[in-house]
Amino acid sequence: MALHAWGRLPNPHNANTVRLHDRHADLPNVTLPWLAHGCGRSYGDVCLNRRGSLLHTINLDHFIDFNPATGILRAEAGVTLRAILALVVPHGWFLAVTPGTRDVTLGGAIANDVHGKNHHVAGSFGHHVRQLEILRSTGERLRCHAQQHAELLRATIGGLGLTGLITWAEIALIPIANPFMTVETTRFGHIDNFWALNAQAETCWPYTVAWIDCLAQGKRQGRGVFMTAAHAATQENLPDWREKPRNIPFDPPVSLVNSLSLRTFNALYWHKARSGTSLQHHVPYFYPLDAISRWNRIYGSAGFYQYQCVLPPDAMCAGTTSLLNRIARSGQGSFLAVLKTFGNHPPPGMLSFPRPGATLALDFPNHGQRTLALFTELDAIVRDAGGAIYPAKDARMPASLFKSAFPQWETFSQWMDPAFSSDFWLRVNS
Amino acid sequence: MNFPHRVLVFGATSAIAQATARRLLQQGCDLHLIGRNQTKLQTIIDDLKVRAAPAQKVSGEAADLDNLTDFPHLFDTATTALGSIDAVLIAHGSLPDQKACETNFSNTLAALHTNGISAIALADEAARRMLIQGYGLIAAISSVAGDRGRQSNYVYGAAKGMLNIYLQGLRNRLAPSGINVLTIKPGFVDTPMTAAFEKKGILWASADDIARGIISAMHKRRDIVYLPWFWCGIMFIIRTIPERLFKKLKL
Repeated sequence: MALHAWGRLPNPHNANTVRLHDRHADLPNVTLPWLAHGCGRSYGDVCLNRRGSLLHTINLDHFIDFNPATGILRAEAGVTLRAILALVVPHGWFLAVTPGTRDVTLGGAIANDVHGKNHHVAGSFGHHVRQLEILRSTGERLRCHAQQHAELLRATIGGLGLTGLITWAEIALIPIANPFMTVETTRFGHIDNFWALNAQAETCWPYTVAWIDCLAQGKRQGRGVFMTAAHAATQENLPDWREKPRNIPFDPPVSLVNSLSLRTFNALYWHKARSGTSLQHHVPYFYPLDAISRWNRIYGSAGFYQYQCVLPPDAMCAGTTSLLNRIARSGQGSFLAVLKTFGNHPPPGMLSFPRPGATLALDFPNHGQRTLALFTELDAIVRDAGGAIYPAKDARMPASLFKSAFPQWETFSQWMDPAFSSDFWLRVNS
Repeated sequence: MNFPHRVLVFGATSAIAQATARRLLQQGCDLHLIGRNQTKLQTIIDDLKVRAAPAQKVSGEAADLDNLTDFPHLFDTATTALGSIDAVLIAHGSLPDQKACETNFSNTLAALHTNGISAIALADEAARRMLIQGYGLIAAISSVAGDRGRQSNYVYGAAKGMLNIYLQGLRNRLAPSGINVLTIKPGFVDTPMTAAFEKKGILWASADDIARGIISAMHKRRDIVYLPWFWCGIMFIIRTIPERLFKKLKL
């Protein structure tokens, strides 16, 4: 069975895939090098390994222990965040940090040190990992926590699966009163308004994020919708809510995302948004795209890229404007450009992406050289600002940018398991 | 009778049994699980215990189901753990290497024993006990392979065919006693047992698809189910091809 990354860029399939079923078993005797692959929700090539074998972890999906009194959960690495939420939300617990989809594995969330809309208060996923087990190619099983193998733990969090196989992990959850969110929505007409709104909101809301219409130019440049939220307090009369899953049932031959559909969608989205406060279930709030499984198919057979970068605080305002200028001028761009600021937490991993500043994320349909040329221009802005690109989303950043943005890469490489590699790692070390 | 509340599962570490156990737990069942591999079984029991409501019981015991003489003991332990046994799910099995069976008959014998005799012995023991208590459900995972012998897989097919006929007779015998016998015939399922196959195309189902079908069949008190349902049509065609023609096909 061929496994893909979420961006579905055309690439040669993996020669070899083996599914793991037993966390106590030895690593399988398959072609080297190895790489764990979970739900395949990273966009580019951190989850691909065409020279060797993918160790498919989705059947390492057993819970090991959950204490509803303390909110400490231990589970195998292939358990999805969806399964965790289904288990813990009825007990009044929630993930301390959640990305924008539930369909990632626990191991993947750790290996990419994913972040959420609450980075400014909670840090990234790795901050809430209490301990984990790494199975090395030597057969050693190393239990890592703050007091033991702490450096291997720092290498493994955000370590892109290169330090060995994460077999299980233990995470700390946060308490909630109910499954709902208090959400406040504010429209803003220009990117300049975002920064003030955001600075103010971060002092009183745990979750903040903005959606930007990256195609609007001039007076309306970077207009958007700012959304802040908090887990709802205890209250009576919660609304009724039921999930209605949908699917993109086929592969459209060409991308349904083009300049016309984007302009229409983005303009409609902006005009439809109404400022105000509401009570919303956490699923549509955190995971709007989970409602359409396999939404990545709308980009057609050529697939798509996501470009997500972070710019440090002193450069974020001017840098974001430059990025938006370049993108608007190119006419390429996406639904839902997402803008969010990170807080000052020291990163839990050697290769953690979140760092102080602002992060901008956009999808781009794959138009080949035209798209790659735009990225080279965007890279220059990121590089000048002293920023970084997110490996979990990346399929093309130059090796030099990786090495300058992740200065601990050399220390990290000492902790790698020599039997593990990935297409990403080969690329940024070529 | 309502949906069975206390369920004994044999072959609990198999992918279909595991998925079914999770769904039975969601239905509110207490579970007792028998599996061959002690560590794998413990992993599954721990997982189910985390998923279970506080009052729900999950227990189990490791056993090799080739040892038929253990069965009364396994049922006794399960009865002690659960209080009584409302339903038994027989889900163990192993896909033999057809070519190895053709070159060495001891492989054929072992495959017939594991997939046929052992399952029949469990159904027999379950029937004995359910006749005494006067109710119950015996569900066994057979296979579409048991519907017709094909050169690529006829040893496994013969074992499952034997199981099918046995269950049919047992159903007939137990019908007046209010004891249900459910024959489950899955098609191609993506599990470790079928790891050697290239799993592509619409005919392949997940273990959880099959589990959903099993729960639904248990609710509806069905006799024989093909899972997914379209295998009913496929196997009808396979069964009706005249032998004169069928023997020349490469199936």
